[in-house]
Amino acid sequence: VPASYAGVYNTYPLIFPGLQSVMELKMFLLVLGLLVGTGSPDMGSSQGKCSESLVQGPQTQENRTHTTHSKKPFPVLSFGYDYVRLPFEISLWVLLASLMKLGFHLMPRLSSIVPESCLLIVVGLLVGGLIKLVGEAPPVLESNIFFLYLLPPIILDAGYFLPIRQFTENLGTILMFAVVGTLWNAFFVGGLLYGVCQLEGHRLVTVDLLSCLLFGSIISAVDPVAVLAVFEEIHINELLHILVFGESLLNDAVTVVLYHLFEEFSSVGTITVTDVLLGIVCFLVVSLGGIVVGAIYGILAAFTSRFTSHTRVIEPLFVFLYSYMAYLSAEVFHLSGIMALIACGAVMRPYVEANISHKSHTTIKYFLKMWSSVSDTLIFIFLGVSTVAGPHEWNWIFVVATLIFCLVARVLGVVGLTFVINKFRIVKLTSKDQFIIAYGGLRGAIAFSLVYLLNTDHFPKRNMFLTAIITVIFFTVFVQGMTIRPLVDLLAVKKKQETKRSINEEIHTQFLDHLLTGIEDICGHYGHHHWKDKLNRFNKKYVKKCLIAGERSKEPQLIAFYHKMEMKQAIELVESGGGSKLPSAMPSTVSMQNIQPKKPPQDRALPQLSKAREEEIRKILRTNLQRTRQRLRSYNRHTLIADPYEDGWNEILIKRKKMKELEKKMNNYLTVPAPPPDSPTIARARLASDPQAWGLKSATESIPSIKVDLASPQSPESVNIVDEIGMKGSQPKVSEEGGGLTMKVPSPTKPRKDQTTDEDNDKEPQQRLMRCLSDPGPAAEEEDEDEPFLH
Amino acid sequence: MGSFQSLPDDHQYRTLSQKTGFSLEQIAILHNRFKQLSQNEETLWRDDLKTIQDLESNPIRSQIIEAFFDSRNFQKDGVGSVEEIGFEEFLTVMSYFRAPPQNITVEQREEMRRAKLRFLFNMHDTDNDGTITLEEYRHVVEELLSRSGALGRETAKGIADAAMLEVASISVGPMAPDEFYEGITFEHFLKILNGVEIEMRMHIHFLNMDATVLCK
Repeated sequence: VPASYAGVYNTYPLIFPGLQSVMELKMFLLVLGLLVGTGSPDMGSSQGKCSESLVQGPQTQENRTHTTHSKKPFPVLSFGYDYVRLPFEISLWVLLASLMKLGFHLMPRLSSIVPESCLLIVVGLLVGGLIKLVGEAPPVLESNIFFLYLLPPIILDAGYFLPIRQFTENLGTILMFAVVGTLWNAFFVGGLLYGVCQLEGHRLVTVDLLSCLLFGSIISAVDPVAVLAVFEEIHINELLHILVFGESLLNDAVTVVLYHLFEEFSSVGTITVTDVLLGIVCFLVVSLGGIVVGAIYGILAAFTSRFTSHTRVIEPLFVFLYSYMAYLSAEVFHLSGIMALIACGAVMRPYVEANISHKSHTTIKYFLKMWSSVSDTLIFIFLGVSTVAGPHEWNWIFVVATLIFCLVARVLGVVGLTFVINKFRIVKLTSKDQFIIAYGGLRGAIAFSLVYLLNTDHFPKRNMFLTAIITVIFFTVFVQGMTIRPLVDLLAVKKKQETKRSINEEIHTQFLDHLLTGIEDICGHYGHHHWKDKLNRFNKKYVKKCLIAGERSKEPQLIAFYHKMEMKQAIELVESGGGSKLPSAMPSTVSMQNIQPKKPPQDRALPQLSKAREEEIRKILRTNLQRTRQRLRSYNRHTLIADPYEDGWNEILIKRKKMKELEKKMNNYLTVPAPPPDSPTIARARLASDPQAWGLKSATESIPSIKVDLASPQSPESVNIVDEIGMKGSQPKVSEEGGGLTMKVPSPTKPRKDQTTDEDNDKEPQQRLMRCLSDPGPAAEEEDEDEPFLH
Repeated sequence: MGSFQSLPDDHQYRTLSQKTGFSLEQIAILHNRFKQLSQNEETLWRDDLKTIQDLESNPIRSQIIEAFFDSRNFQKDGVGSVEEIGFEEFLTVMSYFRAPPQNITVEQREEMRRAKLRFLFNMHDTDNDGTITLEEYRHVVEELLSRSGALGRETAKGIADAAMLEVASISVGPMAPDEFYEGITFEHFLKILNGVEIEMRMHIHFLNMDATVLCK
């Protein structure tokens, strides 16, 4: 986008101009010892290599003459600000942005009423005001910095975690809103503004039609940054989210083409029919070209990631670099960089995630979130600062007219388009949905930057445009952004479902896909499912083999989903400190024995205990082992996420397999032989310290079968309880706590005392466990990763 | 080829249309397809469906074919499976995959949902006892993963077990260790698939136009 616009700004923000006067002085501090100074007197302001060099300001002449004449005392401590000025100032701004973010979240009441973007703009206004008070010119949000450095992280974050399934299901609707809606907005606003300008008279009559249309096209585009920032906090349902968000992403192509068109021809003055036709062709080229460029880079990235198994550390780098290159390459050819970025992220994600390690996956996720968060904050702050700085020309009529027309155009556009779209949709858009879509059409920094790039020669009224755009942005972000949350609650719009995707749903989704494909085949017409199935099969047969390393390429989606779920569950439990349930809660889960058909009872070698005694024994075991588990919680809470590659994990999963075996064997017996209550093992188990209350994480309720319990170091002994008593069945009774397949695991860093008693049995499952330890496969649609959080 | 040439008269179509909800054109097209599959005979056999090439690669092929011959799907209290079906039964089974019409009341939507879920349930409950036992569910998952060889078979058990546990814990709640969960009843099935909007997703677009778009 930026390359297609004229002008490159080279000025750097002069934030601390006052310091320049300081630098002109030569300061010699005599306290600290420095390295051996050189005798060289001359250092240009951009060359400072040695920290002990003399301070040089722009006036190097003085220094030169000075040093050749007299011998000064050796500069022990000197001041060289010029050398670090640029990075220093950038870091200071980013630090300011991050501290602001921190501050907002420390004031919960404020952040629940006012969306973060508003607060940040206000901060920007304050900072800008301060700078102006000091007497300096506040920095402006330069367009090339915005387009080259601030925008890509946000878009990449959005594209990488785009929920593909919902996106493709609603693609038609999204495209309608993005293309037709934006066109409608542009022409409506532009045309009406022109009319107003003509009618107004003296001051505005110079604004010609093309300028108005250009202005209309700039201001009509819904801004992804603003949408993300606001929608992110209100948690509406996925359909609405993807509709508005998808629209904001895809209308970039339209904006680019329209901007180009009107800017090119504003100098010429007229537009012919051929120009319009060329414009349409250009639109196709820009959008499809952008997507193709993005897809190419995405495939390259996927292919590269196939070979990174030995250099795991730089895996995230490939993802970022290829994506950024896709964006820049698209910009070179004036194609839509945003669409290239989205395509790149979406294409590469399933394959890359199958290839990279879990740690890299986490790294990518967190880096993307971090960068997009910082970008987002900086953008809004700079918007505020630029408002104070930018040259303004306030014209009541123009600004108010712009505002009104924008709102009206949006509402009319959404209503009209929905009417048409609903004829083709199965899930119709209700009027509530329409209201949210219309209300969520926020404008943001992209529009601002685009206006800023306008050439004042061709557009003498640029400052007025700027003022109008800033007003519209402020209005949408402040008024609409702040009121959308209470409105969503008031209208009872369906919120995002917090439930995790269950395995049953996954099974049936897959089942349905195959079923519908089969029915379509029987019916004999190639419908939506048929092609989707064909694409999937093509993907599986050729593409995955090519782009995914190892045997992972053959892993079907259901299994990948299952493993990923297990992994997530296990990690969550480790993170939460190993507590599975509060001690007092009744086990609300079902264990394996409840669903396995009962096997016929076999001969028992031990006398049967009475039921009451059994219960007592079970309770004792339960509480004791829980206490020891609790003791470990405080330790675990402060450790980082368990590293799947550390030894502990191997043991965890081996242990789990072992527990499974034990559980099966246990099913043969109907009672639990109990050790006497004060046996040495129990006594040792009782050596627990303070029990702590621990809140349940909701994750533990979702899938009862897969639980990882961290227990105390005594757990080896608790395993040995089995051996001591000689009954293999005792263990699983204790594990009944957390559900079917719990297991006891020593904490990863404690010295491991136990040896698994049946090593050889575990060899074979160990292979499979290594498999489990490997990376999660291509994810099924994952809700929690899909929403970019820009906190 | 005209839609009404060598076909039963209009009256029969109208009764079918009323019964299943398809439009007359859709019924005509489907009848053509039926004749194509059954080689112009009056009834359809399993082997006729097995000849469809596109179905070869479908992992749940046999279950889909069985569903057409399962009398529970086209008779009110049908039991067991039949060897051959006529056009009416074919159409009835197809009607499970209609999209919900535009203006539909909440009860009708719920009814449609139940009907579709009942169809799915019958596909899983192969022994007609009204519950999906663990074995049957395992079979379902194994079939889904049948294309992935040995790896699929082992994990299929694990997945099916996990799924069953989930159903049990959602439907029944806390269970003492001695209790036994028989299997998924239809009510439980409804509950676990509450999140999936079946009436929206379980449909295909039936054509309303000329038969020329039909494939081989």
